[in-house]
Amino acid sequence: MILLDRVTKVYNRKSTALDRISLHVEPKEFVIVVGQSGAGKTTLLRLLTREEKPTSGKIVIGGVDYDKLKDRDIPLLRRKIGVVFQDFKLLPNKTVFENVAFALEIVGMGNREIRHTVPRVLEIVNLKDKENSMPSELSGGERQRVAIARAIVRQPKILIADEPTGNLDPKNAWDVIRVLEKINRYGTTVLLTTHNQDIVNKLKRRVITIEGGRIASDRANSEYKVA
Amino acid sequence: MANMKRLNTFRRICRTGMLNFVRNAWLAIAAIAIMTVTLTIILFSIVANATFANTIAQINDKIDISVYLNDSITEKQRKDLTERLKKLPNVRDVSYVSKNDALKKYRADNANKQSLLQAISETGNPLPASLSIDPVDPTKIDAIKTFLDNPENKALQDPQAGTSYSGERKVAIDNISHATRILQRVGIAAVLLFAVISVLIIFNTIQMAIFNRRDELTIMRLLGATTWYIRGPFVVESVMHGVISALLSIGFIHAVFVTASSALQASSLGLLDIGYSSTYFKGHFWQLLAMQLLIGVVISAVSSTIATRRYLKFKTSK
Repeated sequence: MILLDRVTKVYNRKSTALDRISLHVEPKEFVIVVGQSGAGKTTLLRLLTREEKPTSGKIVIGGVDYDKLKDRDIPLLRRKIGVVFQDFKLLPNKTVFENVAFALEIVGMGNREIRHTVPRVLEIVNLKDKENSMPSELSGGERQRVAIARAIVRQPKILIADEPTGNLDPKNAWDVIRVLEKINRYGTTVLLTTHNQDIVNKLKRRVITIEGGRIASDRANSEYKVA
Repeated sequence: MANMKRLNTFRRICRTGMLNFVRNAWLAIAAIAIMTVTLTIILFSIVANATFANTIAQINDKIDISVYLNDSITEKQRKDLTERLKKLPNVRDVSYVSKNDALKKYRADNANKQSLLQAISETGNPLPASLSIDPVDPTKIDAIKTFLDNPENKALQDPQAGTSYSGERKVAIDNISHATRILQRVGIAAVLLFAVISVLIIFNTIQMAIFNRRDELTIMRLLGATTWYIRGPFVVESVMHGVISALLSIGFIHAVFVTASSALQASSLGLLDIGYSSTYFKGHFWQLLAMQLLIGVVISAVSSTIATRRYLKFKTSK
């Protein structure tokens, strides 16, 4: 599903963000990427969503070889990958419903189908009763679940969550993680970055540790201790 | 299915563009104002050009050729010459001005110039009789000229007074043609200048609009919106500015002609028939409106397309 082969990203001569990263993620896997701030987690995700190009190395996602990807095909790639950000990136002047519908409008779905689809996805993230709320009226955890709903409403094969619990208190963080687990059970590959030790240890999933732009460890059913 | 999606997308682009148009109304004032000025100049140039052309046509109608006759020719010779002239293809009519008629006209023309009148009365009537030829097309009088220069016909003419091919009116036509050329040049220069300023201001307006909505645009891009889904609303918004400018410029010129109509009808700049401007504008209202809309839409669509290409960065950074 996700294949990285000796991927290197250099921003300038002094700092190498990623240094020959190679990894392979199977379909329907739940992978946690951990590491200190600045270790290269976010760079890794930005390469996967094609916000940036690698300096060298090969990336293949869902059969799409990034070397052969043209700029005008990037939108089509992004439609196949759901992305969730630490800062939610919701549109503040749109309701919960409209924020989720936005992802469907972009791909040209009809209004009737949107009205049918959005409530079902909001149900998955347990926000059915908040359809008409504005993001400002929601808690952080609720906002993040809106963002997740928007990321999965197009049924992507891969969901990338970049520190989705970074701004949340433990209770809200766990609400978000439970939703991610549920989505993974439905068959979506989940790639989660976090530095929340408690979450990593309780999830008992594959953990990839990045240090200084390199993979320091890659273990199944692993735990994570901050050094 | 794919067509349905395209239609949905097209509708959404238009809807978003119109919503943004309403939201950014204040931002757009400069763009609309300058484009209105540009379109008004274009419209004014066209109407003025038509007025000048009309004046030239009117004066052409009044142009005649005067052939001064030898005092010694007989009435038969004169009538014969008239008949032969009338048979020429470019001659509409030929009329005879006798020596007495010429003298009366001279006296009337110079009623307040005593010295000239005195000179005339002292010498008897020195003015020759003439034939006044009304050509169908005053710009193509070569055939008539050749005919008159024929020695047989030349003998019938006054050897001292040369044939007058247009007299004062020729000068008037030259003046108006000259003014038309200047007007056209100034018009083109002004239109180009203001079109360039319009494009720059549209650029600026779009840059501000993009800046105001940068968060939304980032999200759209991350969610996989296509280039045109992002650009489209900006182009739609800009095209609406073009449409409004076209309507304003038409309305502005219309107001000028309606409120000033009577004043314009009454006035005239020498031979220039200003009242015709109003007639022309009313007669061609729909064509002019369509043209203004077309120009407004093209200017705004082209510049907004270029501006969005420039300010929305679609390339992935290396």
